[in-house]
Amino acid sequence: MVELRDLYQQVILDHNRSPRNYRELDDPDRVASGDNPLCGDKIKVYLKLDGDVIEEVSFSGSGCAISQASASLMTGAVLGKTTAEADALFQKFHAMVMGQSEAPANKKQLGKLAAFAGVRQFPARVKCANLAWHTLHAAIATESEPVTTE
Amino acid sequence: MSVASTAQVQTELDVERVRADFPILAREVRGKPLVYLDNAATGQRPRAVIDAISNFLSHENSNIHRGVYYLSERATAAYEDARDKARRFLNAADSREVVFVRGTTEAINLVSCSFARSGLASGDEVVISAMEHHSNIVPWQLLCEMTGAKLRVVPMDKTGTLQLDEYEKMLGPQTRMVALVHVSNSLGTINPIKEMVAAAKAWDIPVLVDGAQAAPHQAIDVQDLGCDFYAISGHKMFGPTGIGVLYGRRELLEAMPPYQGGGEMIRSVTFERTTYAPPPAKFEAGTPHISGAIGLGAAIDYLGGLDWGAIHRHEKRLLNHAQERLGDVPGLEIIGSAKSKASVVSFVMDGIHAHDIGTIVDQEGVAIRTGHHCTQPVMDFFGVPATARASLAFYNTTQEIDALTDALIEARRVFGRW
Repeated sequence: MVELRDLYQQVILDHNRSPRNYRELDDPDRVASGDNPLCGDKIKVYLKLDGDVIEEVSFSGSGCAISQASASLMTGAVLGKTTAEADALFQKFHAMVMGQSEAPANKKQLGKLAAFAGVRQFPARVKCANLAWHTLHAAIATESEPVTTE
Repeated sequence: MSVASTAQVQTELDVERVRADFPILAREVRGKPLVYLDNAATGQRPRAVIDAISNFLSHENSNIHRGVYYLSERATAAYEDARDKARRFLNAADSREVVFVRGTTEAINLVSCSFARSGLASGDEVVISAMEHHSNIVPWQLLCEMTGAKLRVVPMDKTGTLQLDEYEKMLGPQTRMVALVHVSNSLGTINPIKEMVAAAKAWDIPVLVDGAQAAPHQAIDVQDLGCDFYAISGHKMFGPTGIGVLYGRRELLEAMPPYQGGGEMIRSVTFERTTYAPPPAKFEAGTPHISGAIGLGAAIDYLGGLDWGAIHRHEKRLLNHAQERLGDVPGLEIIGSAKSKASVVSFVMDGIHAHDIGTIVDQEGVAIRTGHHCTQPVMDFFGVPATARASLAFYNTTQEIDALTDALIEARRVFGRW
């Protein structure tokens, strides 16, 4: 079960069970919705910005462990960062789960997000890991249409 | 008594023997024997189907109809022979009532476009049920949007059983079409379709039956059911993808306008006027899926060599075993508990999303489907985003259900404590 342990790491299971920043913001500057119609994952990302700095970030919705944990860890990772830094982090995260980057070089920059490195072995689950990030990107870019991973 | 024991042996399905007919069932997945429990999505193909397609492509491939040479005559005969096999499978009276289509989805679209559209106006109603596959919802929605007709939905109860009294109250002179699923793909419910057709017929309402999930489990008799249209998909009944059958009552097919225009479906064409071929050619524009039809014919022959009674008893045992074993897994809830059920078990697990279940059991070589199964309204009704679904065919075994159960316990372990 080596591969399964790679996918369902303790930190992922923990964030799935008790997601951080799981709430709606009262007065968000940006909101975006995303969904993954094939597995029924649905997510909303809320942002409060101070200039281009992410002052508050939260999410709501439901989905599989990978999508929920990814959203939870993402909110922790981008808090206090500029929107440009958040987008750059998404690029690194995306490259990691797609198996396009060298894991060790990336690991330091990604911190806890490196827990999702195992997703690359499960191509059907890559979209679960990416959903929250696509939705964050949409919120930053204030795309009005709901994003979808399909 | 040896005579009695021989009779006993003949009535039971020899599962090991039928498994040997399906080459894919011998393979391993991730180092474990494949446990294929996604038969409602697509069935596996017996060697006879694979060989029939291979033989046709190797020795007889050519286009059908109109060819005057040897190969084309052979291909035409094989294609039309497959049509007659489909006629017998459905017990249709006449092979002209058997239209080859891509699958159930195309069959339903054909009926909604060609048959139902012309007669519909604002104030008319189309009746479907709460457990339809999207393919028996969306074509009718499109039709209603186009014509101003209203879509009515027969409700179901918490067991996943249609409420027949509500259905009967819904029918009336305003009802122009009834379209119902025979067996639900996500709940397994077997609807009392003959009774429901009869209720519609009391009002003289045309009825289409989506038989995609019924055909792999039972003999179909369209004359006994009394329906006007019956749709099946080849790949759900152990034949190829891309081929299916629409049965339509002959006088209706004759009166219907064509669905698509093109070659094959004409009698004569001038720039001023085209006259159409009679059914079924009228509805088979373009070169059809010839090898697919031949493969479907081989699947029907294969099923014909089995005993439906024995299949039914085996699948009943599988269903009981699955419901018992899965019901014992802590935190597992089975969705759909109708009295009359095909061997389909949908379930959810406390604290584990269906998609995670699917990934974890896959590590044990177990293939199940997770998601909404193209029945989002059913998921909404039961208040779940998705379910995991084990759908069993006659070649499945109780040991395979045990393998699934063990894998589900592993899923709990992964999510509980590592």
